[in-house]
Amino acid sequence: MADVLLSRALLALFPGVPRRIAVEASSVREVIAALDRAAPGISDRLLRAGPSIREHINVFVDGDVAGLDTPVNPGSTVHVIPAVSGGA
Amino acid sequence: MSHRAVLLVGTRKGAFILDGDGTRRTWSIRGPYCEGFSIHDVSFDHSDGAILAGGGSPWFGPAVWRSADLGATWTHSSAGLTYGDAGPDLTRVWNVTAAAGAVYAGVEPAGLFRSDDGGRTWTHLQGLRAHPSRPDWQPGNGGLICHTIVPDPADPAHLWVGISSVGVFETVDGGATWTTRNRGVRTDFIPGPAPDFGQCVHKLALAAGEPSTLYQQNHCGVYRSADAGATWTEITAGLPSDFGFPIGVHPRDPGTAWVMPLNGADKGRFAPDAKPAVWRTRDRGESWTRLDRGLPPRDAYISVLREAMAVDDLEPAGVYIGTSTGQLYGSADEGETWTAIAENLPPIASVEVAVIGR
Repeated sequence: MADVLLSRALLALFPGVPRRIAVEASSVREVIAALDRAAPGISDRLLRAGPSIREHINVFVDGDVAGLDTPVNPGSTVHVIPAVSGGA
Repeated sequence: MSHRAVLLVGTRKGAFILDGDGTRRTWSIRGPYCEGFSIHDVSFDHSDGAILAGGGSPWFGPAVWRSADLGATWTHSSAGLTYGDAGPDLTRVWNVTAAAGAVYAGVEPAGLFRSDDGGRTWTHLQGLRAHPSRPDWQPGNGGLICHTIVPDPADPAHLWVGISSVGVFETVDGGATWTTRNRGVRTDFIPGPAPDFGQCVHKLALAAGEPSTLYQQNHCGVYRSADAGATWTEITAGLPSDFGFPIGVHPRDPGTAWVMPLNGADKGRFAPDAKPAVWRTRDRGESWTRLDRGLPPRDAYISVLREAMAVDDLEPAGVYIGTSTGQLYGSADEGETWTAIAENLPPIASVEVAVIGR
């Protein structure tokens, strides 16, 4: 199982979803599919046409920036975090 | 008097709801809702009492938000709001309009979607983007956006849409096929005679009780059509400028409409001489009257965007405008006098009004 940590911004969009979710997945693509089963609609918030990860969403696997095909291992930690953005 | 007016306001920083009383002179503000999303349109579905908000987030993409309890709780969805993995990527929802049991969404890049479950799931009405003109559509300053949806209340298969820098289209078969409806509308920004499409419609409105009478505020003037958009007659004469964004129509009188002229497309796009006024016609655009009592008398460099004018259906009709600098003004007497309802909201993109409780 991989350990997925969601940002507060995502939790605000999906009330009731826990910040930390354990999922069975071998890639980031599978992580997002598993998240969508737990929180229907979350893949639309994370993916754009392609599909690819939205421009201002960052996914890290064990601390490294990841893409959809990045492998995820049992025991991996996956962070899903909106990118920093400036301005008012 | 048990009814009350509710203002639905879309801003760059979420949606707000203003609860009014029966007099439309006292308001209280709730929100923001849909936080993190820039909301381009908030509308009311009279068929089920739901509030629908369309917009987009730079992080999380496009969405239609829905509240079935007047804003107490919200859900969001973009299920089906896509042109597929081959793209183009759909970035924002610009208009949400409920009609005849369906909900329509106009989006960027320009296209039209339909929901038959109150905005929870969406189907692309492919006919609009299949129009032969589409390869030549060019974005305006606000993007390539389908920003206006006008249903014919007498015919669920009949509607018009407006696309910036592209023009007006009409369908009579529920969106399967579309016809350009821009004849008579100027295109000062293109050399030569006006083409079949490429007109920069800013807002379109259908006259009360006359499904063949449309009004249009365009980048290049204000227009009226007496033949469902087939031809347009310019009615700018008498206004201080041919440039503005919104146009509102009276709930009962097909000859009455309101516009908010700005100083010009190439002049800063704020109130002429920084003295804001709404202008009203009572005779289908043959003449216009300046209405400014209660609006800032001077030094007000404000503008009102395309979706940010609303008209209620009470007697007399109420008119509301929201500015791109966060002021919301209302008139309970068809524009004769104005009061500030809110003065420090985020930049306002849209204003809608619903009368509930009757």
